Amino acid sequence: MGPLRAFAAAILSLAAAALPAAAQTPATESIQIGLSTDAISITAGFSGADLTIFGSLENPDPLVARQGRYDVIVVLEGPARPVVVRRKDRVLGVWINLESETFENVPVSYSVATTRPLQDITEPNSYKQLSLGASNLYMQPAEPSDSPMTIEEFTSALRERKAATGLYSENVGGVQFLSQNLFRATVRLAPNIPVGTHKARAFLFKSGMFVKESSAQLEIRKSGFEQSIFRVAHDYSFLYGVFAVSLAMLTGWLGRIVFRKD
Amino acid sequence: MGIYLPIAEISVNVFVLLAMGAAVGFLSGMFGVGGGFLITPLLIFYNIPPAIAVATGANQVIASSFSGALSHFKRGTLDFKLGGVLLAGGIVGSTAGIYVFALLRRLGQLDLFISLLYVALLGTVGGLMLVESVNALRASRSGAAPVLKKSGQHNWIHRLPFKMRFRASKLFVSVIPVLGLGAAIGFLSSIMGVGGGFIMVPALIYLLKVPTNVVIGTSLFQIIFTSAYTTLVHATTNQTVDVILAFLLMAGGVAGAQYGAKAGQRLRGEQLRALLALLVLAVAIRLAIDLFVTPPNRYSLAGLT
Repeated sequence: MGPLRAFAAAILSLAAAALPAAAQTPATESIQIGLSTDAISITAGFSGADLTIFGSLENPDPLVARQGRYDVIVVLEGPARPVVVRRKDRVLGVWINLESETFENVPVSYSVATTRPLQDITEPNSYKQLSLGASNLYMQPAEPSDSPMTIEEFTSALRERKAATGLYSENVGGVQFLSQNLFRATVRLAPNIPVGTHKARAFLFKSGMFVKESSAQLEIRKSGFEQSIFRVAHDYSFLYGVFAVSLAMLTGWLGRIVFRKD
Repeated sequence: MGIYLPIAEISVNVFVLLAMGAAVGFLSGMFGVGGGFLITPLLIFYNIPPAIAVATGANQVIASSFSGALSHFKRGTLDFKLGGVLLAGGIVGSTAGIYVFALLRRLGQLDLFISLLYVALLGTVGGLMLVESVNALRASRSGAAPVLKKSGQHNWIHRLPFKMRFRASKLFVSVIPVLGLGAAIGFLSSIMGVGGGFIMVPALIYLLKVPTNVVIGTSLFQIIFTSAYTTLVHATTNQTVDVILAFLLMAGGVAGAQYGAKAGQRLRGEQLRALLALLVLAVAIRLAIDLFVTPPNRYSLAGLT
């Protein structure tokens, strides 16, 4: 029930720093992120939390770093699943689900943390190329033959609904440099975060140019009594049904004995 | 005190659910109905997804009808043969209902269909009951003796073939309407999460002319097994039965039912029926309003099922 205490610890690449600086060509920057654990468990009453991911820059140019021209974007992306988006329309006064559009491989969750507002970091085009940011995620329609207008409408409705439920979030200023090398990213985990394999990715930009990407995997599991029930209901559904029926009969019988008034 | 429902996947207040169960149990004890038709809409008003409200409602109905059927069994006011034939129909109807349920869910029309069925059925039953009980109240006030239909009269139903003798009910009737009635109730049970007593009881009395003393026991007997079957199939095909939710409702329900039954003995039949009719109509109107009010968001997301 308590706040999530999953911290991803730093992998401080001291080794990289200790490399002989004698390399003639200026070493290119790269980025590393590390998670202290590859799996976290949340209980059923989970009400959302912040996940902190530490990371480091390797071979940063001290001048660029001082001028603050390094930018980092960290994304925690949930497993991809198909989604049906439905639209209600009024028929004879009654609101009915009429039109729908199915999208394949939509990330269930998508939390972004950045050093600065996205539009200040780089060009919209490079976001598109990297498929970075909730608004640049490509949602693959199951029926690409539908009119582009419809697809566009349902795609934006999908993003809007995901943002409204907190599954797609953006934390501007969520990445902070602790030193020239070390940074800390805080991404939001929504209360309804899906279980499964999540992918943490970090993107490094230097003066608006994309430099390098690094990723790590994180398994999110639910634990606790309620989750056991959920698992039994899905894995042993027939036995679960038998149990539900027996429980009802037992309650009915006991209730009669305990509360009998006749 | 909050509790997380594992299947509905939302947090709810334990006391709200216990109170809901107790209130419906009280009413069901008072009026001699199962209460499924009140539980499911109440759960929907409480933001439980309709698919889960229906399946869990069916589960809850087992508890209340089991406890009711036990006392009828002890008094011997239960026709097992009639109940068995009704049940055979019920299994068929319930299976069809589950299939339709899964289909509608896939099409995204389940919530709408459940609401429409409730509005239509509760509106009709509530309206008829209200008219009947108001007439009865008027008649008793003006002092006129209530006009009773002759129960021995035969109608078209009694001319159908495949007759069968039901000794406990002193009945010799075709199995077709009995099976049909069972199937209709089974269908409603799986789509609406109701026991169906509020349709079964009048149908047995007025259509099949079953003696009133065995009607409730027999109807409860059939409802136990139809809703048990419905619960089982919902659990296996749709995974929509939430035991935690069902248990809280049952616990409140069985307690409330015993007190309700006692309170019911102090009220007169017509008044009781008029009150129930008003309640049923209120639920129907509330559900109807939701159909017409502009939703806060026109778009909704769903996984592929």
